[in-house]
Amino acid sequence: MTSLARPQEILLPVTTGLIAVSVLAALLVNLVPLPLGVLRMRPDFCALMLIYWGIHQPRRVGFTVAFLLGLAIDLVDASLFGQHALIYVALLFAAITVHRRVLNFGLLGQSLHILPLLLAGEVIAIALRLLAGDEAPGPAHFAGALVGAALWIPLSLLLRLPRLPKASSDRV
Amino acid sequence: MEASPPPFFKRGPSPAFRLGVFAMLSIVLMVLDARMRYLEPMRQAISVVLYPLQQLAAAPGALAARVADYFTTQESLQADKARLENQALAQAASLRELETLRRENMELRGLLDAKRRIEQRSVMAEVLYGARDPFTRKFIIDKGLGAELQAGAAVLDGEGVIGQITRVYPFVSEVTQITDKNQAVPVQNVRSGLRAIVFGNGKDGTLDLRFMPVNADIQVGDTLVTSGIDGIYPAGLPVARVIDIERNAALAFARITCAPLGGIDRRGHVLVLTTQRELPERPVEASEPAKRKKAKRGAS
Repeated sequence: MTSLARPQEILLPVTTGLIAVSVLAALLVNLVPLPLGVLRMRPDFCALMLIYWGIHQPRRVGFTVAFLLGLAIDLVDASLFGQHALIYVALLFAAITVHRRVLNFGLLGQSLHILPLLLAGEVIAIALRLLAGDEAPGPAHFAGALVGAALWIPLSLLLRLPRLPKASSDRV
Repeated sequence: MEASPPPFFKRGPSPAFRLGVFAMLSIVLMVLDARMRYLEPMRQAISVVLYPLQQLAAAPGALAARVADYFTTQESLQADKARLENQALAQAASLRELETLRRENMELRGLLDAKRRIEQRSVMAEVLYGARDPFTRKFIIDKGLGAELQAGAAVLDGEGVIGQITRVYPFVSEVTQITDKNQAVPVQNVRSGLRAIVFGNGKDGTLDLRFMPVNADIQVGDTLVTSGIDGIYPAGLPVARVIDIERNAALAFARITCAPLGGIDRRGHVLVLTTQRELPERPVEASEPAKRKKAKRGAS
């Protein structure tokens, strides 16, 4: 098994501040007004960030945060009130469930694990809206999930930066 | 089920349990919001909290737009000025005519003892962004309760009707476009005077003129304006142009497709019209027989 042979790197512990700032940043990026065509292709950064922390720190990010974040996004996106809340809570649960398995893979393997999660989120959205009496959008609707899974790699690298150990003083 | 050993550490309820609780909660919210609209205060509160964050997120884009505006070339400004001057000249004549007509109309209405139409209040608003939700066609404008907007007000641009305000928050409002699947506008054909209702298609940004008989007097190119019988959209606003008619004798109704005249997917400024028309009082006679029945029952 190559994944077990890979040396585990030792990173600094995650502070609550880092989680809070990253989730807030994801919310802010989600709020940036864009032309509608771009907006529909844009991945849901809040969902991505929740999955990230669900996988890396399964005990640190709570379901309440996911729920409230979902309500906020529902309001901004003018979707059904509670739709994103349900999706985020489900995604967080899925991320916590698979976190032991996913972390054994490299970044590419991880992003391939994230893709079905994000797609499942979109499927939940479509199912809810069909129940509510709306019509399903075309297959372009899933583009956001693809982009989101691809963004997993840069996102992981970015969130690793603040946790890199500082040059130790006893090396000299 | 396998019996699991007692946990070493106290970790609170399991993730599955939490998922269940929050999933139930969100489903309850969805039902309450979609079916009963009980959650307006909660929406308002979240909207107020989010507003500064939204402003912050929009700031870089707004700044870039302002800088771009500042560096508008002399040439394009001159062209704009010439175009606007021409437009003003062209409109001045029809405006004078309109003034005469309005006076005449008022006199006639006075003669007929008809109710005068209440003056409309109009508010200019800027389109902030189109809503990301792919299932509906909505956009957000930058005026809300602060500008005394009300849900139900008509929204239009220079070309025609765009939609209707469906939700008002303290600082912003949600506008549902007429092309949304759940929107309907009562219209009148300018050429033949035929009244109908135009429905949003929801898929490709067109409108459907439904329930029109196969032999209805409608031609491709006809302009549809609001008929004003709904009390929401003032009469005479351009709505759509007929672009395709499919008359199939096997079906009861013709299939008529229209293109909206208003710049539905263009950004910019829109006009919100709030009409407060004096509607006749709700008839009370309808409930009286029931009361009488009850009274009789009480007496017997």
